[in-house]
Amino acid sequence: MTDKTKKNRVLVGKPGLDGHDRGAKFIAHALRDAGFEVVYTGIRRSPEEIAAAAIQEDVDAVGLSSLSGAHMRLFPAVVEALAKAGAPEIPVLGGGVIPDEDIKALKAAGIAEIFTPGTPVAKIISAFQNACEKKSAG
Amino acid sequence: MTIDRLLEGLKARDPRAIGRAISLVENGDASAEVILSSLDEDLVTRATILGITGPPGAGKSTLTNGIISHLRRDGKRIGIIAVDPSSPISGGAILGDRIRMMQHATDPDVIMRSMATRGRLGGLCATAGAAVRIMASCGCSTIIIETVGVGQSEMDIIRLADITLLVLAPGLGDDIQAMKAGLLEVADFLVVNKADCKGADILAMDLEAVTRKGSANPTQVSMTVATESKGIAELLDRIDRLDSQHRDSGERQKRRRAAHNQEVLDWCLEILRPRLFAEITKKKLPLTGDPRLKAQKILAEQ
Repeated sequence: MTDKTKKNRVLVGKPGLDGHDRGAKFIAHALRDAGFEVVYTGIRRSPEEIAAAAIQEDVDAVGLSSLSGAHMRLFPAVVEALAKAGAPEIPVLGGGVIPDEDIKALKAAGIAEIFTPGTPVAKIISAFQNACEKKSAG
Repeated sequence: MTIDRLLEGLKARDPRAIGRAISLVENGDASAEVILSSLDEDLVTRATILGITGPPGAGKSTLTNGIISHLRRDGKRIGIIAVDPSSPISGGAILGDRIRMMQHATDPDVIMRSMATRGRLGGLCATAGAAVRIMASCGCSTIIIETVGVGQSEMDIIRLADITLLVLAPGLGDDIQAMKAGLLEVADFLVVNKADCKGADILAMDLEAVTRKGSANPTQVSMTVATESKGIAELLDRIDRLDSQHRDSGERQKRRRAAHNQEVLDWCLEILRPRLFAEITKKKLPLTGDPRLKAQKILAEQ
C-alpha cells in the first residue's frame, strides 16, 4: 500500500497472569509518540484473546510484554493462536525480563524480536517500524 | 489479501475481512470504492446505530461492555466502533477502549474496531460512517459507536447515530449549567452512570430539570452502575421502545436523511481541504487583510 494516510497500527498487551504493566504502558506511549496507532489491550489476556483482537483491529504487528518468567510458554502461544486464527503473517515482538539463553528459542518459535531490560527505546520503535513495513509489503 | 478474496470474506461475514476492509477505507486505498459499492444496503438500512458519548472517565466503555453482554443474550451480532483521539503532535494514538470489553474478544459475533480521530474534532473519525456500514452489511444488527471523551459540543455522533446516549457521572464538577446548551439538549438519553456514587441522585434531578419537556422527542434520564450491570436491562428496554417509535413515526428516516446529507458534505470538505490548503500555501498571502475576504476570493477563483 502506498497511500499517504496509511498509519502503522500495533497491538500492545500482556498475556498470562502477570499484572506488571509499567513496561507495556511505557512502550505503548513511546509508540504513540512515534506516530503509531496503538491498540492497548491491557493485562491478563489469553493468547486467543490477543489473536482475535489483533485480527479484528487489523494490526500490522503485536507487541507482548512479560515480566514474570512465563514468556517461554506465552509468547509462542500467541504466535500459535495467530496462526490458528488464520493470521500467521502478523509479526509478534516481545520484551521483558528475558534471560539471554531463552532468546534463541523464542526466535525459533517465531517471535520476530526480543527486547531485554536496557534496550534503547529508539531501537524498539525502529523494530516495530520494520515489522509493520514488512507486513504491509507482504 | 486480494480484493476478490476480501469481497468473498465480507460476504462470508469474516471478522478478518471486516477488519481489513475498514483499514483500506480508512486509509483511502484505491480499493475503497469497490468495497463500499459492494455493501448490502438493505442490511445497512435495517441496522440500529447506537451512539454513546460523554466526558472522559464517565464509563462509556464499561457501559458499552454491559450493553454488548445483554444484546448477545438475544443472539444478535454486534458491531462496536470505539474512537479515541489522535495526537496532534505525533499523529499517533492510544486506542484503549478494548480493555473494558475484552471479555467479548473471542466471541465471533462481537466485531470491534478501535479507531483514531486522525485530526477530526467532532468526536468521531471521518471513516466512522463507512465502518458502520461495513459492519451492518456483515450482519451486525446493532452497531454501537463510542465517541472520544467529549466536552460540550462534539456533535458528530448526534448526526450519525439513530439514537444517542450521553453518559455522565457524578463528581465530574458542577458543570450542568454550562452544558445546558450543546450535547445535553440533543441526546436522546442522559445516562447517570456510577449511580451508586455520592451525588448521583442530585445529578439525575438536575438533568430531569433540563430535559426537552413537551417535545415530540423528550429526553429520558436513566441511571446505571455499569461495573455491576445495574440498570442496563431497563435502559435497553427504553432504547428499544424509542427505536420502534422512531421507526413508526418516520423520525428515524428523517435522521438518516440528515446524517446522509451531512456525511456527503463532510466528505466534500475532506476532499477539498488538502487542495485548498495547497492553493493557499502557494499564494504566499500577505499577513495583512481579512482572512474571510481572502477565502471568498480564492473560492471564487476555483
